[in-house]
Amino acid sequence: MLDGQFPILSLVTFLPLLGALLILLVPSRAEVSDQNVRWAALWVTCGTFLVSLIIWVRFDPSTADFQMVEQAEWLGGAVTYHMGVDGISMLFVILTTFLMPLCILASWESIQHRVKEYMIAFLVLETLMIGVFCALDLVLFYLFFEAGLIPMFLIIGVWGGVRRVYASFKFFLYTFAGSVLMLLAIMAMYWQAGTTDIPTLLAYDFPYGMQYWLWLAFFASFAVKMPMWPVHTWLPDAHVEAPTAGSVILAGILLKMGGYGFLRFSLPMFPIASDLFAPLVFTLSIIAIVYTSLVALVQEDIKKLIAYSSVAHMGFVTMGIFAMNEQGVQGGIFQMLSHGWVSGALFLCVGVIYDRMHTREIAAYGGLVQRMPLYAFAFMLFTMANVGLPGTSGFVGEFLTIVGTFQVDTRVASVAALGVILAACYALFLYRRVIFGELEKETLKNIMDLNRREILTLAPLVATTIFFGVYPAPIMDVTAVSVENLIAGYEEALETYTAAGGSTGFINLAGLLGGQ
Amino acid sequence: MYSAIVFLPLIGCLIAGLFGRQIGVKASQVITSGLLVISAILSWVAFVSVALQGNAETVQVLSWIDSGALEADWRLRIDTLTAVMLVVVTSVSSLVHIYSVGYMSHDPHQPRFFAYLSLFTFAMLMLVTADNLIQLFFGWEGVGLASYLLIGFWYKRPSANAAAIKAFVVNRVGDFGLLLGISTVFLMVGSVEFDAIFAAIPDMAGDTFRFFGYDVPVVTTIALLLFMGAMGKSAQFLLHTWLPDAMEGPTPVSALIHAATMVTAGVFLVCRMSPVFEYSPDALAFVTVVGATTAFFAATVGLVQNDIKRVIAYSTCSQLGYMFAAAGIGAYEAAMFHLFTHAFFKALLFLGSGSVIHAMSDEQDMRKMGGLYKLIPLTYFMMIIGTLALTGFPFTAGYFSKDAIIEAAYASHSSAHMYAFTLLVVAALFTSFYSWRLIFMTFHGKSRASNEVLSHVHESPAVMWVPLAILAAGAIFAGMMFSNFFVGEAYTNFWAGTISHASGNEVMEHFHHVPSWVVWSPFAAMVLGFAVSWYFYIRRPDLPKELAQTHEPLYKFLLNKWYFDELYDFIFVRPAFFLGRTLWKQGDGRIIDGMGPDGIAARVSDITRGVVRVQSGYLYHYAFAMLLGVAALITYFMFGGAL
Repeated sequence: MLDGQFPILSLVTFLPLLGALLILLVPSRAEVSDQNVRWAALWVTCGTFLVSLIIWVRFDPSTADFQMVEQAEWLGGAVTYHMGVDGISMLFVILTTFLMPLCILASWESIQHRVKEYMIAFLVLETLMIGVFCALDLVLFYLFFEAGLIPMFLIIGVWGGVRRVYASFKFFLYTFAGSVLMLLAIMAMYWQAGTTDIPTLLAYDFPYGMQYWLWLAFFASFAVKMPMWPVHTWLPDAHVEAPTAGSVILAGILLKMGGYGFLRFSLPMFPIASDLFAPLVFTLSIIAIVYTSLVALVQEDIKKLIAYSSVAHMGFVTMGIFAMNEQGVQGGIFQMLSHGWVSGALFLCVGVIYDRMHTREIAAYGGLVQRMPLYAFAFMLFTMANVGLPGTSGFVGEFLTIVGTFQVDTRVASVAALGVILAACYALFLYRRVIFGELEKETLKNIMDLNRREILTLAPLVATTIFFGVYPAPIMDVTAVSVENLIAGYEEALETYTAAGGSTGFINLAGLLGGQ
Repeated sequence: MYSAIVFLPLIGCLIAGLFGRQIGVKASQVITSGLLVISAILSWVAFVSVALQGNAETVQVLSWIDSGALEADWRLRIDTLTAVMLVVVTSVSSLVHIYSVGYMSHDPHQPRFFAYLSLFTFAMLMLVTADNLIQLFFGWEGVGLASYLLIGFWYKRPSANAAAIKAFVVNRVGDFGLLLGISTVFLMVGSVEFDAIFAAIPDMAGDTFRFFGYDVPVVTTIALLLFMGAMGKSAQFLLHTWLPDAMEGPTPVSALIHAATMVTAGVFLVCRMSPVFEYSPDALAFVTVVGATTAFFAATVGLVQNDIKRVIAYSTCSQLGYMFAAAGIGAYEAAMFHLFTHAFFKALLFLGSGSVIHAMSDEQDMRKMGGLYKLIPLTYFMMIIGTLALTGFPFTAGYFSKDAIIEAAYASHSSAHMYAFTLLVVAALFTSFYSWRLIFMTFHGKSRASNEVLSHVHESPAVMWVPLAILAAGAIFAGMMFSNFFVGEAYTNFWAGTISHASGNEVMEHFHHVPSWVVWSPFAAMVLGFAVSWYFYIRRPDLPKELAQTHEPLYKFLLNKWYFDELYDFIFVRPAFFLGRTLWKQGDGRIIDGMGPDGIAARVSDITRGVVRVQSGYLYHYAFAMLLGVAALITYFMFGGAL
């Protein structure tokens, strides 16, 4: 059943897969075919991005319902192929299709062996990532969510750095351990509610006793993806070893699946448990912000530093989401989107100098501004966005999450705001060591500034960062109604629960443990 | 017109920044300076229209952040308070632009420099025209960014880079407070727009809310958090350490950012939020104490510095203390007046010292100067005017504004007013001493410079001294001309309600009627400071050295700026790096990874090997294992049973 509409979501989702098939058919012979493969991948991803913009144009921000819904029987009726987007998920689809062409461009020269396989992996990954954000059936969601691990695992493991095998296994083990628990929870939900249809489940009231365990199971999976402290250690390793484009996707999109999961499942389906565990999430979030910011300060590897800063930024996201008010949740979503392109851009920036010097050691650089003024400008802009300077997109999300959380718990917001100071420390310290100073090192004397391809890769990110920093309304408008609806539902559930004699808040945990 | 004032500098910045290399140095200079001159002229027009004729206005530009109840637009609020700042910012900025054409003429990166200057001006204008706290925060951070870029403008110098980062980070510490202050405002008022805040605050006087588990008074908390931001930006005591280091930037930058405009943003914030501060006597007392302490502290350090720019930097720090003290005792008008006059004479002093440095082939140490008045008489003359105005010589600008503050401190009924009065008078003495010390060491006595440097000494070109002359005119006449409006009889009409006084705060009426010894005390302090300085540096030039030797601990204490840098390094910087390293290697590496993925993998292989090793045949191994087992069992029963 397609509601008589053109299946736009399926088209966007599977267009990259189609492209991958096409590339598969290209006979792998020589240099020429590699170039063709690159062009094909670029055209496919650009095309997907353009088509996906239709979704944004057709999107109606005045309703919280799922839109552009497609539904079909699948696997004998037990599972349905059900797709649709709302204000929470739609922009993540756009983010994915937006970053993808940039990733292909960034891999243009740095990937020289197995180009065909590389591009196929990326295109398949794109399909799976878009699928995650569009799926409206739990099983379908789980399939996309898990399958996405495989291409990423391969990208790190095949095209990665020296310790790529260790990193890819660590990445796989962590995320897989988390998702096994989620699978159990999904099965439990099916037995309880008799369906895996997400819109139906959103309306279903899970018994309170069950909510806690389901919440924890989902949390295990999403916390690893996010990643939250203390299950974050896979991320720095994965980033360091992944090729540039892999890092961009990892930081830009894969991390966002955790936050998306909280918004799609944890909060609306298990509101009582979310309320109960919010202090836990807050605690982990502020630990993440302060702890990883301090760790970022002492890093010697540029990519590791940015990876740790990602963990800190995701701390703001989880904190904002569980503040459960409009500023917090909208701020969390905005922060995820903004971090998507800002951290992606930062990794691209690292990639630029890595391609030239083949090292990520901070100590190997210094004084780059003298040879690379354009690069220095771009890097400065993204550094400032990372620091959350007003006028860049980095500010809006960070600010809203702090303001939102402050309404709920002044202590949490205050500690989180320390991250604002620490971010300035590590980011500017990095910038100084890489870009400023005398250009003393012999090896850097002939380094070239950005070439046209690199300018083309970074320019859209520069524009996006400034545009949405000055005028975030297009994003805020899309998310507003869905977020309001989410919060209304959450508060209603809490009211019913307290009206029925349940006590909310952390005191409940003692009762829960005693009762088991 | 108001949009033009604000956005012309941005346009200049974009042109010079993006196309500087294509259009060349000359065009970059002309475009940025030209646009700023236009902006300055328009600002004076706005000043006449808004402040003198009372046509306040608000201009909507674009919507910005809108999330639930939180709404903040890009909007320009033009009232008297803003108009005063517009005039100060654009006038000084345009003069500094023009001056820089001469001062920076040997620098290879001029388009970038002018782009930064214009960027700064734009951000500063956004700050002062803000209609809500978030736009103010935008400007606030924007000037911080520009300041960071300009301090580190000579990026090859490690000291400049360090100073730039220090400035940004210390400012961020203040911003931390400001951010929480904005959050508190939104929590309590439900809006971040000024009008809504001002309307809601009077009803909240006396209310409390939960903050960090304590019930704290709402208005005081808001005021103190906002003031923390002001302390960072305006380099007040404890958060002042960045300002002297910021002198690493080119001198025109010091004049514009670190004397006339950015550092006064904190004072502006307190005055803008006067409807909030007025309802919290405690916060006001705190502001007074911090302001007066800074005025005193910075003046003491200024007494012994040898770098010409650092003396002026500490002087700025000290004068900002005066402004805060004024605001703290409820005389916001006097604070703004001093801000206004200070901009002229302090920019004059900085640019004048820049002229000296330029003439001396980039020498900044006053111990290597002396006797310059014959060689650069024009600069000498300007510096004398600046010094007279700073020390409050009768009928110069500083005389009107500084004496107003000191008199108001005496007349006020604030709890800290005598503390402020005493320290401010003593600081006035110090001010006079170090200012004349600067003049004497630089321009009088025998020259201590090498002959080679002396042979190059030259008077600055017209493009540099004409801006100096304009500022000098301001330093002389700004007080006389505007005293009546800012703090005199016309003050209620002039401010038109943009500064609020709680009932009972009549300091603006009372300070005209203080005893005559109070009126004369700053004058006496000034004369005394001059006399001592003259005795020390003209009459008996050997005396300072002797004194420094006999009182070495005190001298060292002052010379090392009360050891604040060392203290902060010890309690903040090093622990942060130590913590970072520990958390990384021990926390992430050993504990999390050790127990997590690596641990599991290692355990699996351990167990296979361990099974063999366990049967080692040594009795004490078995005993130890048994002990462990018993301990584990007991633990399990104790805690497991309790659950």
